[in-house]
Amino acid sequence: MNAPMNATPAPVKKLRVATTSLAGCFGCHMSILDIDERIIKLLELIEFDRSPLTDIKTCGPCDLGLIEGGLCNAENVHVLREFRRNCKVLVAVGACAINGGLPAQRNHLDLRDILEEVYQTEVGLSHGGIPNDPELPLPLNKVHPIHEVVKVDYFLPGCPPSADAIWKLLTDLLAGRTPNLGHGLLHYD
Amino acid sequence: MNATTTFHLDGEEIPFTPGQTIIQAAKAAGAYIPHLCWHPDFQANGSCKLCTVKVNGRFGSSCTMEAQAGMVVENRTAELDDKRRTLLQMFFVEGNHFCPSCEKSGDCALQATAYELKMMSPHFDMFYPDRAVDASHPDILLDFNRCIMCSLCVSASRDVDGKNVFYMGGRGILGRRVHINSESGMLGDTDFAATDRAASICPVGVILKKRKGFAVPIGERTYDLAPISAPDKETTP
Repeated sequence: MNAPMNATPAPVKKLRVATTSLAGCFGCHMSILDIDERIIKLLELIEFDRSPLTDIKTCGPCDLGLIEGGLCNAENVHVLREFRRNCKVLVAVGACAINGGLPAQRNHLDLRDILEEVYQTEVGLSHGGIPNDPELPLPLNKVHPIHEVVKVDYFLPGCPPSADAIWKLLTDLLAGRTPNLGHGLLHYD
Repeated sequence: MNATTTFHLDGEEIPFTPGQTIIQAAKAAGAYIPHLCWHPDFQANGSCKLCTVKVNGRFGSSCTMEAQAGMVVENRTAELDDKRRTLLQMFFVEGNHFCPSCEKSGDCALQATAYELKMMSPHFDMFYPDRAVDASHPDILLDFNRCIMCSLCVSASRDVDGKNVFYMGGRGILGRRVHINSESGMLGDTDFAATDRAASICPVGVILKKRKGFAVPIGERTYDLAPISAPDKETTP
């Protein structure tokens, strides 16, 4: 109230956004970069926390978390829970986060059969034995979409979602609107 | 217009001829009622329940219920579309519907109907059933992972092709499925032909022509160009 009249307006608090790729191919992250020069406008509104774009390794308190990929190993589950704990709003981005996607096409096969074929019996591969380093996260029996483990607030389908669909979701959320993708932006392929 | 031969669909007056079902009259008038197992060329099957409407306040399948003069029919209400979206989500978790690796993507009635109803997620836990692929036929591939059991292939093969190549059999959520009418159970051991009506009737990606992959690019396909609710669209040609 007593602030001098010529004070510069306080800078708008930027929303903190974290992103990660679990059992995904980073295609959704490439599609985020496909928003091209709009990323400059975006960076006026947000700052990145944990993300492949910042290389920050752990997720702090965030307004928004974007999850690419489903759950194929124990580390994926750990990271997903870390995101859910820290992010006010969590979005499943892309087919794999939403229904398991391509990695889930192993789900009708026995996990041991897959590992034995890839690492021991398949002709032309090195036959080095099934990796068993304690640093390697253990694979899950089946690949799962993320909504089977944590509450997900919004879903953005697509393989990957187009840059325009990602932009629509982000601008809707930043403006406080429920994201709404119309014909042409809502795609499962 | 004669008041005895019309009914109201979401407030719009729809003319009908006696004997027409609600969905037949709506289709003729260019009004879209979401549906999957119904096709204008075949007898109604009434199994998918997606075309459920409210007639004078009561639920009914618009593909089997005959139009009556003065009926008040609700169709695209939030209540009905919510139920339809739930039905679609059950279809998506019950099979293996991986759109990015499906040749039918963009031409698929299940996918296009889910777009129309803004289905953003499968909501339920996935089943990931183990279903067979039948590649025994020289010209046709069958991928039962995507079957929604509309039985349109059964009708087309029986009623148009006169071959009875397909039938519904088995019990239970994972047991009931489309079977092939040959001793081996394989399509290659039937007289099925790629020119059969049944070869092009599948609304999803089960019955696919071999060596036709991605002739039209993703993004330029039927439902990429216009939503399934557009007046000239149908589940399959």
